[in-house]
Amino acid sequence: MANTEATAIKTQPKQTQAGSERVHTWPGLVAKEFLCALLFLVVILLYSYYVDAPLRELANPGEPENPAKAPWYFLGLQEALVYFDPWFAGVVLPTFIIIGLMVLPYIDINPQGSGYYTFKERKFAVTVFCFGFLFWYVLILIGVYCRGPFWAWFWPWEQWTLAFPTPPPLWSLSTPVGALLLLAYFGLGMWLPTRIWKDFYQRLGIIRYSITVFLLLTMIGTILKIGLRLGLNIKYVLQTPWINI
Amino acid sequence: MLPYLKEISGKITQSEIWKSVFRHGYEDTPRNRVLQILSNIWLHIHPATINKNSINISFTWCLGGLTFFVFLFETLTGVLLMFYYTPDVNKAYADMLDLSNNAAPFGRLLRNTHRWAGHAMVITVCFHMLRVFLTGSYKAPRQFNWAVGVVLLVLTLLLSFTGYLLPWDQLGYWAITVGTNMAGNTPLVGYQGPFAQPLGFTIDNDIRFALLGGTSIQAPALLRAYVWHCIALPSLAGGLMMLHFWRTRKDGFSGRL
Ligand code: HEM
Repeated sequence: MANTEATAIKTQPKQTQAGSERVHTWPGLVAKEFLCALLFLVVILLYSYYVDAPLRELANPGEPENPAKAPWYFLGLQEALVYFDPWFAGVVLPTFIIIGLMVLPYIDINPQGSGYYTFKERKFAVTVFCFGFLFWYVLILIGVYCRGPFWAWFWPWEQWTLAFPTPPPLWSLSTPVGALLLLAYFGLGMWLPTRIWKDFYQRLGIIRYSITVFLLLTMIGTILKIGLRLGLNIKYVLQTPWINI
Repeated sequence: MLPYLKEISGKITQSEIWKSVFRHGYEDTPRNRVLQILSNIWLHIHPATINKNSINISFTWCLGGLTFFVFLFETLTGVLLMFYYTPDVNKAYADMLDLSNNAAPFGRLLRNTHRWAGHAMVITVCFHMLRVFLTGSYKAPRQFNWAVGVVLLVLTLLLSFTGYLLPWDQLGYWAITVGTNMAGNTPLVGYQGPFAQPLGFTIDNDIRFALLGGTSIQAPALLRAYVWHCIALPSLAGGLMMLHFWRTRKDGFSGRL
Protein backbone atom coordinates (compact mmCIF):
# COMPACT_ATOMS: atom_id res chain seq x y z
CA MET A 1 0.00 0.00 0.00
CA ALA A 2 2.82 2.37 0.82
CA ASN A 3 4.41 2.02 -2.55
CA THR A 4 1.91 4.02 -4.48
CA GLU A 5 4.25 4.93 -7.34
CA ALA A 6 4.74 1.30 -8.21
CA THR A 7 1.01 0.67 -8.45
CA ALA A 8 0.54 3.81 -10.47
CA ILE A 9 2.69 2.61 -13.33
CA LYS A 10 0.17 -0.06 -14.09
CA THR A 11 -2.82 1.96 -15.10
CA GLN A 12 -5.42 -0.48 -13.83
CA PRO A 13 -6.11 -0.37 -10.11
CA LYS A 14 -4.59 -3.41 -8.53
CA GLN A 15 -6.89 -5.85 -6.78
CA THR A 16 -4.87 -6.78 -3.75
CA GLN A 17 -6.76 -8.92 -1.29
CA ALA A 18 -10.34 -9.89 -1.38
CA GLY A 19 -12.45 -6.93 -0.35
CA SER A 20 -9.64 -4.39 -0.61
CA GLU A 21 -10.43 -2.72 -3.85
CA ARG A 22 -8.23 0.06 -5.16
CA VAL A 23 -9.79 2.86 -7.15
CA HIS A 24 -8.45 5.80 -9.13
CA THR A 25 -8.11 8.99 -7.10
CA TRP A 26 -9.23 10.83 -10.24
CA PRO A 27 -12.14 11.26 -10.16
CA GLY A 28 -13.11 9.30 -7.01
CA LEU A 29 -11.22 11.31 -4.41
CA VAL A 30 -10.58 14.56 -6.25
CA ALA A 31 -14.27 15.03 -6.96
CA LYS A 32 -15.14 14.63 -3.28
CA GLU A 33 -12.47 17.09 -2.25
CA PHE A 34 -13.74 19.53 -4.81
CA LEU A 35 -17.29 19.22 -3.50
CA CYS A 36 -16.10 19.67 0.08
CA ALA A 37 -14.22 22.81 -0.87
CA LEU A 38 -17.20 24.13 -2.79
CA LEU A 39 -19.55 23.45 0.09
CA PHE A 40 -17.20 25.24 2.45
CA LEU A 41 -17.05 28.25 0.13
CA VAL A 42 -20.82 28.45 -0.10
CA VAL A 43 -21.25 28.22 3.67
CA ILE A 44 -18.55 30.75 4.50
CA LEU A 45 -19.73 33.24 1.87
CA LEU A 46 -23.34 32.99 2.97
CA TYR A 47 -22.42 33.30 6.62
CA SER A 48 -20.10 36.23 5.96
CA TYR A 49 -22.76 37.95 3.90
CA TYR A 50 -25.21 37.93 6.78
CA VAL A 51 -23.00 38.07 9.86
CA ASP A 52 -20.42 40.80 10.29
CA ALA A 53 -17.07 40.17 11.96
CA PRO A 54 -17.02 41.90 15.34
CA LEU A 55 -15.41 45.31 15.63
CA ARG A 56 -15.66 47.19 18.91
CA GLU A 57 -14.50 50.69 19.75
CA LEU A 58 -10.95 51.77 19.13
CA ALA A 59 -8.48 50.10 21.48
CA ASN A 60 -8.09 52.08 24.67
CA PRO A 61 -5.38 50.92 27.08
CA GLY A 62 -6.94 53.08 29.82
CA GLU A 63 -10.30 51.39 29.75
CA PRO A 64 -10.25 47.63 30.39
CA GLU A 65 -13.06 45.50 29.04
CA ASN A 66 -14.95 43.75 31.79
CA PRO A 67 -14.85 40.84 31.33
CA ALA A 68 -11.79 40.75 29.05
CA LYS A 69 -12.11 37.44 27.31
CA ALA A 70 -9.37 35.64 25.41
CA PRO A 71 -10.36 34.28 21.98
CA TRP A 72 -12.81 31.41 22.44
CA TYR A 73 -10.31 28.60 21.78
CA PHE A 74 -8.24 29.79 24.76
CA LEU A 75 -11.18 30.24 27.09
CA GLY A 76 -10.61 26.78 28.54
CA LEU A 77 -7.31 28.05 29.87
CA GLN A 78 -8.80 31.32 31.05
CA GLU A 79 -11.49 29.34 32.82
CA ALA A 80 -8.76 27.33 34.53
CA LEU A 81 -7.49 30.65 35.92
CA VAL A 82 -10.41 30.57 38.32
CA TYR A 83 -8.98 27.49 39.96
CA PHE A 84 -5.24 27.84 39.46
CA ASP A 85 -2.52 30.46 39.46
CA PRO A 86 -1.67 31.76 36.00
CA TRP A 87 1.68 29.99 35.75
CA PHE A 88 -0.19 26.71 35.89
CA ALA A 89 -3.43 27.55 34.08
CA GLY A 90 -1.84 29.58 31.31
CA VAL A 91 1.53 27.96 30.80
CA VAL A 92 2.17 24.62 32.48
CA LEU A 93 -1.25 23.09 31.84
CA PRO A 94 -1.23 23.84 28.08
CA THR A 95 2.38 22.66 27.90
CA PHE A 96 1.34 19.36 29.46
CA ILE A 97 -1.53 19.09 27.02
CA ILE A 98 0.75 19.67 24.04
CA ILE A 99 3.42 17.30 25.29
CA GLY A 100 0.78 14.74 26.20
CA LEU A 101 -0.67 14.90 22.70
CA MET A 102 2.75 14.58 21.09
CA VAL A 103 3.83 11.54 23.10
CA LEU A 104 0.43 9.87 22.79
CA PRO A 105 1.36 7.64 19.81
CA TYR A 106 4.48 6.50 21.61
CA ILE A 107 2.77 5.51 24.84
CA ASP A 108 -0.31 3.91 23.26
CA ILE A 109 1.22 0.67 22.07
CA ASN A 110 -2.06 -1.18 21.63
CA PRO A 111 -1.78 -2.50 18.07
CA GLN A 112 -5.55 -2.86 17.73
CA GLY A 113 -7.75 -0.36 16.00
CA SER A 114 -5.33 1.18 13.54
CA GLY A 115 -7.18 2.58 10.54
CA TYR A 116 -10.81 2.14 11.52
CA TYR A 117 -13.28 3.40 14.09
CA THR A 118 -13.58 1.14 17.09
CA PHE A 119 -14.36 1.57 20.75
CA LYS A 120 -14.31 -2.07 21.80
CA GLU A 121 -10.68 -2.64 20.95
CA ARG A 122 -9.30 0.48 22.65
CA LYS A 123 -11.70 1.33 25.45
CA PHE A 124 -9.11 2.98 27.71
CA ALA A 125 -7.52 5.23 25.06
CA VAL A 126 -10.79 6.33 23.50
CA THR A 127 -12.40 7.05 26.86
CA VAL A 128 -9.54 9.18 28.16
CA PHE A 129 -9.07 11.13 24.93
CA CYS A 130 -12.75 11.81 24.36
CA PHE A 131 -13.16 12.85 27.96
CA GLY A 132 -10.29 15.34 27.65
CA PHE A 133 -11.60 16.66 24.33
CA LEU A 134 -15.08 17.11 25.74
CA PHE A 135 -13.84 18.71 28.95
CA TRP A 136 -11.85 21.25 26.92
CA TYR A 137 -14.99 22.23 25.04
CA VAL A 138 -17.17 22.34 28.15
CA LEU A 139 -14.75 24.85 29.68
CA ILE A 140 -14.89 26.85 26.46
CA LEU A 141 -18.68 26.87 26.46
CA ILE A 142 -18.68 28.05 30.07
CA GLY A 143 -16.18 30.76 29.22
CA VAL A 144 -18.12 31.98 26.20
CA TYR A 145 -21.67 31.82 27.53
CA CYS A 146 -21.60 31.79 31.32
CA ARG A 147 -18.99 34.34 32.35
CA GLY A 148 -19.77 38.00 32.95
CA PRO A 149 -18.12 40.97 34.66
CA PHE A 150 -15.29 39.99 37.01
CA TRP A 151 -15.64 36.50 35.59
CA ALA A 152 -18.72 35.93 37.72
CA TRP A 153 -21.13 33.22 36.64
CA PHE A 154 -24.19 34.33 34.67
CA TRP A 155 -26.48 32.01 32.77
CA PRO A 156 -26.78 33.00 29.12
CA TRP A 157 -30.34 34.24 29.70
CA GLU A 158 -29.40 36.32 32.74
CA GLN A 159 -28.70 40.02 32.59
CA TRP A 160 -25.12 40.94 33.48
CA THR A 161 -25.05 43.05 36.64
CA LEU A 162 -22.42 44.09 39.12
CA ALA A 163 -24.71 43.13 42.00
CA PHE A 164 -23.79 39.49 42.20
CA PRO A 165 -23.32 37.93 45.66
CA THR A 166 -19.77 38.02 46.98
CA PRO A 167 -18.24 34.58 46.60
CA PRO A 168 -17.64 32.69 49.87
CA PRO A 169 -14.22 33.17 51.48
CA LEU A 170 -11.53 30.74 50.39
CA TRP A 171 -9.07 28.88 52.57
CA SER A 172 -5.96 26.84 51.89
CA LEU A 173 -4.56 23.67 53.33
CA SER A 174 -1.55 24.13 55.59
CA THR A 175 1.73 23.43 53.84
CA PRO A 176 2.59 20.08 55.49
CA VAL A 177 -0.92 18.72 54.96
CA GLY A 178 -0.96 19.87 51.37
CA ALA A 179 2.48 18.48 50.62
CA LEU A 180 1.55 15.16 52.17
CA LEU A 181 -1.70 15.01 50.27
CA LEU A 182 -0.03 15.71 46.94
CA LEU A 183 2.74 13.22 47.61
CA ALA A 184 0.19 10.60 48.58
CA TYR A 185 -1.91 11.33 45.49
CA PHE A 186 0.97 11.04 43.05
CA GLY A 187 2.81 8.34 45.01
CA LEU A 188 -0.16 6.03 45.38
CA GLY A 189 -1.38 6.96 41.94
CA MET A 190 1.89 5.81 40.42
CA TRP A 191 2.29 2.76 42.57
CA LEU A 192 -1.18 1.24 43.02
CA PRO A 193 -1.82 0.49 39.33
CA THR A 194 1.40 -1.54 39.17
CA ARG A 195 -0.20 -3.82 41.75
CA ILE A 196 -3.76 -3.82 40.53
CA TRP A 197 -3.20 -3.91 36.78
CA LYS A 198 0.03 -5.85 36.69
CA ASP A 199 -0.06 -6.68 33.04
CA PHE A 200 -0.91 -3.11 32.03
CA TYR A 201 2.29 -2.12 33.81
CA GLN A 202 4.31 -4.92 32.31
CA ARG A 203 3.04 -4.36 28.81
CA LEU A 204 4.00 -0.69 28.86
CA GLY A 205 7.34 -0.99 30.63
CA ILE A 206 8.48 1.41 33.30
CA ILE A 207 9.10 4.47 31.10
CA ARG A 208 5.87 4.41 29.11
CA TYR A 209 3.97 3.50 32.22
CA SER A 210 5.38 6.41 34.23
CA ILE A 211 4.67 8.96 31.53
CA THR A 212 1.17 7.65 30.92
CA VAL A 213 0.20 7.54 34.57
CA PHE A 214 1.82 10.88 35.37
CA LEU A 215 -0.11 12.61 32.58
CA LEU A 216 -3.30 10.87 33.59
CA LEU A 217 -2.88 11.82 37.24
CA THR A 218 -2.22 15.43 36.27
CA MET A 219 -5.39 15.47 34.20
CA ILE A 220 -7.49 13.91 36.94
CA GLY A 221 -5.78 16.08 39.56
CA THR A 222 -6.67 19.22 37.64
CA ILE A 223 -10.29 18.20 37.72
CA LEU A 224 -10.14 17.19 41.38
CA LYS A 225 -8.75 20.60 42.25
CA ILE A 226 -11.66 22.23 40.45
CA GLY A 227 -13.93 20.04 42.55
CA LEU A 228 -12.16 21.01 45.77
CA ARG A 229 -12.60 24.67 44.96
CA LEU A 230 -16.24 24.38 44.02
CA GLY A 231 -17.17 21.98 46.82
CA LEU A 232 -14.94 23.03 49.73
CA ASN A 233 -13.80 26.55 48.77
CA ILE A 234 -10.18 25.50 48.85
CA LYS A 235 -7.89 28.07 47.27
CA TYR A 236 -4.60 26.20 47.35
CA VAL A 237 -3.81 22.60 48.09
CA LEU A 238 -0.13 23.35 48.39
CA GLN A 239 1.35 26.65 49.49
CA THR A 240 5.06 27.31 49.28
CA PRO A 241 7.06 30.53 49.11
CA TRP A 242 7.64 29.87 45.39
CA ILE A 243 4.54 28.29 43.98
CA ASN A 244 0.98 27.65 45.02
CA ILE A 245 -1.12 24.88 43.59
CA MET B 1 -21.67 21.38 -32.51
CA LEU B 2 -21.07 23.28 -35.67
CA PRO B 3 -18.57 21.35 -37.79
CA TYR B 4 -16.14 24.22 -38.20
CA LEU B 5 -16.05 24.83 -34.45
CA LYS B 6 -15.06 21.22 -34.00
CA GLU B 7 -12.37 21.67 -36.58
CA ILE B 8 -11.03 24.77 -34.86
CA SER B 9 -11.03 23.16 -31.44
CA GLY B 10 -9.30 20.15 -32.98
CA LYS B 11 -6.65 22.42 -34.48
CA ILE B 12 -6.13 24.09 -31.13
CA THR B 13 -5.83 20.91 -29.10
CA GLN B 14 -3.49 19.42 -31.67
CA SER B 15 -1.24 22.47 -31.73
CA GLU B 16 2.24 22.42 -30.29
CA ILE B 17 1.41 25.12 -27.76
CA TRP B 18 -1.63 23.31 -26.40
CA LYS B 19 0.13 20.00 -26.20
CA SER B 20 3.11 21.55 -24.46
CA VAL B 21 0.79 22.73 -21.69
CA PHE B 22 -1.77 19.91 -21.47
CA ARG B 23 0.18 16.74 -21.76
CA HIS B 24 -2.58 14.22 -22.20
CA GLY B 25 -6.10 13.86 -23.50
CA TYR B 26 -9.25 13.96 -21.46
CA GLU B 27 -11.18 10.91 -22.58
CA ASP B 28 -12.08 8.91 -19.51
CA THR B 29 -9.58 6.08 -19.82
CA PRO B 30 -7.68 4.43 -17.00
CA ARG B 31 -4.46 5.80 -18.46
CA ASN B 32 -5.77 9.36 -18.46
CA ARG B 33 -7.13 9.01 -14.96
CA VAL B 34 -3.67 8.17 -13.77
CA LEU B 35 -1.97 10.85 -15.85
CA GLN B 36 -4.45 13.38 -14.59
CA ILE B 37 -2.91 12.92 -11.17
CA LEU B 38 0.68 12.24 -12.06
CA SER B 39 1.22 14.99 -14.60
CA ASN B 40 -0.36 17.75 -12.54
CA ILE B 41 1.85 19.45 -10.00
CA TRP B 42 -1.05 20.21 -7.66
CA LEU B 43 -2.88 16.93 -7.94
CA HIS B 44 0.13 14.66 -7.72
CA ILE B 45 0.05 15.23 -4.00
CA HIS B 46 -2.39 12.30 -4.29
CA PRO B 47 -1.48 8.75 -5.13
CA ALA B 48 -2.85 7.65 -8.52
CA THR B 49 -4.91 4.89 -6.98
CA ILE B 50 -6.15 4.47 -3.48
CA ASN B 51 -7.90 2.00 -1.25
CA LYS B 52 -11.60 2.27 -1.83
CA ASN B 53 -12.48 2.51 1.85
CA SER B 54 -10.02 5.33 2.49
CA ILE B 55 -12.00 7.73 0.38
CA ASN B 56 -15.32 7.13 2.05
CA ILE B 57 -16.41 10.50 3.37
CA SER B 58 -17.33 8.78 6.61
CA PHE B 59 -13.70 7.82 7.14
CA THR B 60 -11.88 11.18 7.01
CA TRP B 61 -14.89 13.51 6.79
CA CYS B 62 -12.53 15.38 4.49
CA LEU B 63 -11.31 17.23 7.57
CA GLY B 64 -7.58 17.33 6.87
CA GLY B 65 -8.17 18.36 3.29
CA LEU B 66 -10.69 20.93 4.40
CA THR B 67 -8.26 22.38 6.94
CA PHE B 68 -5.71 22.76 4.17
CA PHE B 69 -8.25 24.35 1.88
CA VAL B 70 -9.25 26.84 4.56
CA PHE B 71 -5.58 27.62 5.07
CA LEU B 72 -5.24 28.42 1.36
CA PHE B 73 -8.42 30.47 1.50
CA GLU B 74 -7.04 32.43 4.45
CA THR B 75 -3.78 33.00 2.59
CA LEU B 76 -5.63 34.43 -0.39
CA THR B 77 -8.00 36.66 1.57
CA GLY B 78 -5.17 37.58 3.93
CA VAL B 79 -2.96 38.82 1.12
CA LEU B 80 -5.85 40.86 -0.25
CA LEU B 81 -6.40 42.37 3.19
CA MET B 82 -2.72 43.27 3.37
CA PHE B 83 -3.24 45.60 0.42
CA TYR B 84 -5.51 47.76 2.56
CA TYR B 85 -4.37 47.30 6.10
CA THR B 86 -1.58 49.26 7.80
CA PRO B 87 -0.11 47.85 11.03
CA ASP B 88 0.07 51.28 12.62
CA VAL B 89 -1.84 52.15 15.79
CA ASN B 90 -3.05 55.37 14.20
CA LYS B 91 -4.33 53.71 11.05
CA ALA B 92 -5.24 50.10 11.77
CA TYR B 93 -8.66 50.73 13.25
CA ALA B 94 -9.59 53.25 10.55
CA ASP B 95 -8.56 50.73 7.91
CA MET B 96 -10.92 48.22 9.52
CA LEU B 97 -13.76 50.72 9.41
CA ASP B 98 -13.00 51.43 5.76
CA LEU B 99 -13.10 47.75 4.95
CA SER B 100 -16.34 47.27 6.86
CA ASN B 101 -17.89 50.20 5.03
CA ASN B 102 -16.83 48.80 1.68
CA ALA B 103 -14.52 51.73 1.00
CA ALA B 104 -12.49 49.06 -0.75
CA PRO B 105 -14.49 46.87 -3.15
CA PHE B 106 -15.90 43.86 -1.29
CA GLY B 107 -14.04 45.05 1.80
CA ARG B 108 -16.68 43.89 4.21
CA LEU B 109 -17.03 40.48 2.61
CA LEU B 110 -13.26 40.15 2.54
CA ARG B 111 -12.90 40.96 6.21
CA ASN B 112 -15.86 38.81 7.24
CA THR B 113 -14.75 35.75 5.29
CA HIS B 114 -11.18 36.03 6.57
CA ARG B 115 -12.41 36.28 10.13
CA TRP B 116 -14.97 33.48 10.03
CA ALA B 117 -12.77 31.15 8.01
CA GLY B 118 -10.09 31.64 10.65
CA HIS B 119 -12.50 30.37 13.27
CA ALA B 120 -13.54 27.57 10.93
CA MET B 121 -9.94 26.44 10.58
CA VAL B 122 -9.55 26.10 14.34
CA ILE B 123 -12.68 23.96 14.38
CA THR B 124 -11.74 21.77 11.42
CA VAL B 125 -8.22 21.16 12.71
CA CYS B 126 -9.58 20.07 16.12
CA PHE B 127 -12.01 17.69 14.52
CA HIS B 128 -9.37 16.40 12.12
CA MET B 129 -7.32 15.50 15.18
CA LEU B 130 -10.34 13.82 16.73
CA ARG B 131 -10.95 11.73 13.62
CA VAL B 132 -7.27 10.74 13.37
CA PHE B 133 -7.44 9.72 17.01
CA LEU B 134 -10.68 7.77 16.67
CA THR B 135 -9.45 5.82 13.66
CA GLY B 136 -6.20 5.07 15.49
CA SER B 137 -4.33 6.53 12.54
CA TYR B 138 -1.49 7.76 14.73
CA LYS B 139 -0.31 4.25 15.42
CA ALA B 140 2.94 2.92 13.97
CA PRO B 141 4.27 3.91 11.50
CA ARG B 142 2.49 7.28 11.73
CA GLN B 143 3.54 8.42 15.22
CA PHE B 144 5.79 11.14 13.90
CA ASN B 145 3.17 12.54 11.56
CA TRP B 146 0.79 12.86 14.49
CA ALA B 147 3.44 14.84 16.37
CA VAL B 148 3.86 17.09 13.32
CA GLY B 149 0.09 17.49 13.39
CA VAL B 150 0.15 18.61 17.02
CA VAL B 151 2.63 21.35 16.10
CA LEU B 152 0.31 22.35 13.26
CA LEU B 153 -2.57 22.53 15.72
CA VAL B 154 -0.59 24.89 17.95
CA LEU B 155 0.45 27.00 14.95
CA THR B 156 -3.17 27.23 13.84
CA LEU B 157 -4.16 28.57 17.26
CA LEU B 158 -1.28 31.04 17.23
CA LEU B 159 -2.18 32.21 13.74
CA SER B 160 -5.67 32.97 14.86
CA PHE B 161 -4.46 34.54 18.10
CA THR B 162 -1.99 36.93 16.46
CA GLY B 163 -4.67 38.02 14.01
CA TYR B 164 -6.94 38.97 16.89
CA LEU B 165 -4.92 42.08 17.77
CA LEU B 166 -4.70 43.50 14.26
CA PRO B 167 -8.05 45.38 14.14
CA TRP B 168 -6.76 47.37 17.14
CA ASP B 169 -10.18 47.45 18.76
CA GLN B 170 -11.17 46.88 22.39
CA LEU B 171 -12.04 43.22 21.76
CA GLY B 172 -8.66 42.30 20.35
CA TYR B 173 -6.68 44.57 22.62
CA TRP B 174 -7.99 43.07 25.84
CA ALA B 175 -8.03 39.51 24.57
CA ILE B 176 -4.37 39.78 23.71
CA THR B 177 -3.79 41.42 27.10
CA VAL B 178 -5.24 38.36 28.81
CA GLY B 179 -3.17 36.03 26.64
CA THR B 180 0.15 37.78 26.96
CA ASN B 181 -0.26 38.32 30.71
CA MET B 182 -0.27 34.55 30.98
CA ALA B 183 3.09 34.53 29.18
CA GLY B 184 4.33 36.92 31.87
CA ASN B 185 3.64 34.14 34.36
CA THR B 186 5.79 31.52 32.64
CA PRO B 187 7.97 29.75 35.20
CA LEU B 188 11.63 30.79 34.97
CA VAL B 189 11.29 33.26 32.09
CA GLY B 190 8.18 35.36 32.79
CA TYR B 191 8.60 38.26 35.20
CA GLN B 192 5.64 37.21 37.37
CA GLY B 193 6.30 33.49 37.08
CA PRO B 194 7.80 31.25 39.75
CA PHE B 195 11.60 31.27 39.98
CA ALA B 196 11.99 34.12 37.47
CA GLN B 197 13.13 36.82 39.87
CA PRO B 198 16.30 35.08 41.04
CA LEU B 199 17.15 34.62 37.38
CA GLY B 200 16.98 38.36 36.87
CA PHE B 201 13.80 38.56 34.81
CA THR B 202 11.81 41.76 35.18
CA ILE B 203 8.97 43.33 33.28
CA ASP B 204 11.35 44.81 30.73
CA ASN B 205 13.43 41.78 29.79
CA ASP B 206 11.23 38.69 30.13
CA ILE B 207 9.41 36.57 27.58
CA ARG B 208 6.33 38.76 27.62
CA PHE B 209 8.50 41.73 26.81
CA ALA B 210 9.96 39.80 23.87
CA LEU B 211 6.49 39.04 22.55
CA LEU B 212 5.19 42.59 22.94
CA GLY B 213 8.31 44.55 22.19
CA GLY B 214 7.48 46.61 25.27
CA THR B 215 6.04 46.43 28.75
CA SER B 216 2.48 46.93 27.52
CA ILE B 217 0.60 46.53 24.26
CA GLN B 218 1.62 49.49 22.12
CA ALA B 219 2.77 50.10 18.56
CA PRO B 220 5.64 47.57 18.66
CA ALA B 221 3.25 44.83 19.80
CA LEU B 222 0.96 45.54 16.86
CA LEU B 223 3.86 45.34 14.43
CA ARG B 224 5.07 42.10 15.99
CA ALA B 225 1.64 40.54 15.86
CA TYR B 226 1.43 41.59 12.21
CA VAL B 227 4.77 40.09 11.23
CA TRP B 228 4.06 36.84 13.08
CA HIS B 229 0.56 36.68 11.62
CA CYS B 230 1.40 37.49 8.01
CA ILE B 231 4.88 36.09 7.54
CA ALA B 232 6.44 33.95 10.24
CA LEU B 233 3.56 31.72 11.29
CA PRO B 234 2.09 31.10 7.81
CA SER B 235 5.57 30.16 6.53
CA LEU B 236 6.13 27.79 9.41
CA ALA B 237 2.69 26.25 9.06
CA GLY B 238 3.02 25.99 5.27
CA GLY B 239 6.39 24.28 5.56
CA LEU B 240 5.12 21.83 8.14
CA MET B 241 2.06 21.07 6.03
CA MET B 242 4.35 19.98 3.20
CA LEU B 243 6.07 17.65 5.65
CA HIS B 244 2.69 16.48 6.96
CA PHE B 245 1.35 15.60 3.51
CA TRP B 246 4.60 14.00 2.43
CA ARG B 247 4.54 11.79 5.48
CA THR B 248 0.87 10.95 5.01
CA ARG B 249 1.87 9.54 1.60
CA LYS B 250 5.09 7.88 2.65
CA ASP B 251 3.73 6.31 5.83
CA GLY B 252 0.82 4.93 3.83
CA PHE B 253 -2.69 6.14 4.41
CA SER B 254 -4.32 4.32 7.26
CA GLY B 255 -7.67 3.35 5.71
CA ARG B 256 -8.57 -0.24 6.48
CA LEU B 257 -7.91 -2.98 3.94
C1 HEM C 1 -3.09 22.77 9.80
C2 HEM C 1 -3.35 21.64 10.23
C3 HEM C 1 -3.48 20.32 9.47
C4 HEM C 1 -3.66 20.07 8.13
C5 HEM C 1 -3.80 21.08 7.00
C6 HEM C 1 -3.74 18.63 7.99
C7 HEM C 1 -3.96 17.97 6.77
C8 HEM C 1 -4.05 16.60 6.64
C9 HEM C 1 -4.50 15.92 5.45
C10 HEM C 1 -4.97 16.59 4.17
C11 HEM C 1 -4.44 14.58 5.69
C12 HEM C 1 -4.93 13.47 4.75
C13 HEM C 1 -6.14 12.74 5.32
C14 HEM C 1 -7.29 13.55 5.82
O1 HEM C 1 -7.74 14.47 5.11
O2 HEM C 1 -7.76 13.28 6.92
C15 HEM C 1 -3.91 14.42 7.02
C16 HEM C 1 -3.64 13.21 7.63
C17 HEM C 1 -3.15 13.07 8.91
N1 HEM C 1 -3.11 14.04 9.88
FE1 HEM C 1 -3.33 16.02 9.54
N2 HEM C 1 -3.57 18.04 9.21
C18 HEM C 1 -3.43 19.03 10.14
C19 HEM C 1 -3.31 18.87 11.51
C20 HEM C 1 -3.20 17.65 12.13
C21 HEM C 1 -3.27 17.43 13.56
C22 HEM C 1 -3.56 18.51 14.59
C23 HEM C 1 -3.04 16.09 13.76
C24 HEM C 1 -2.98 15.32 15.05
C25 HEM C 1 -2.68 15.79 16.19
C26 HEM C 1 -2.83 15.47 12.47
C27 HEM C 1 -2.52 14.13 12.25
C28 HEM C 1 -2.62 13.49 11.04
C29 HEM C 1 -2.29 12.10 10.80
C30 HEM C 1 -1.70 11.10 11.84
C31 HEM C 1 -2.63 11.83 9.46
C32 HEM C 1 -2.52 10.47 8.74
C33 HEM C 1 -3.93 9.92 8.81
C34 HEM C 1 -4.10 8.57 8.19
O3 HEM C 1 -3.15 7.97 7.65
O4 HEM C 1 -5.26 8.12 8.28
N3 HEM C 1 -2.96 16.43 11.50
N4 HEM C 1 -3.68 15.66 7.59
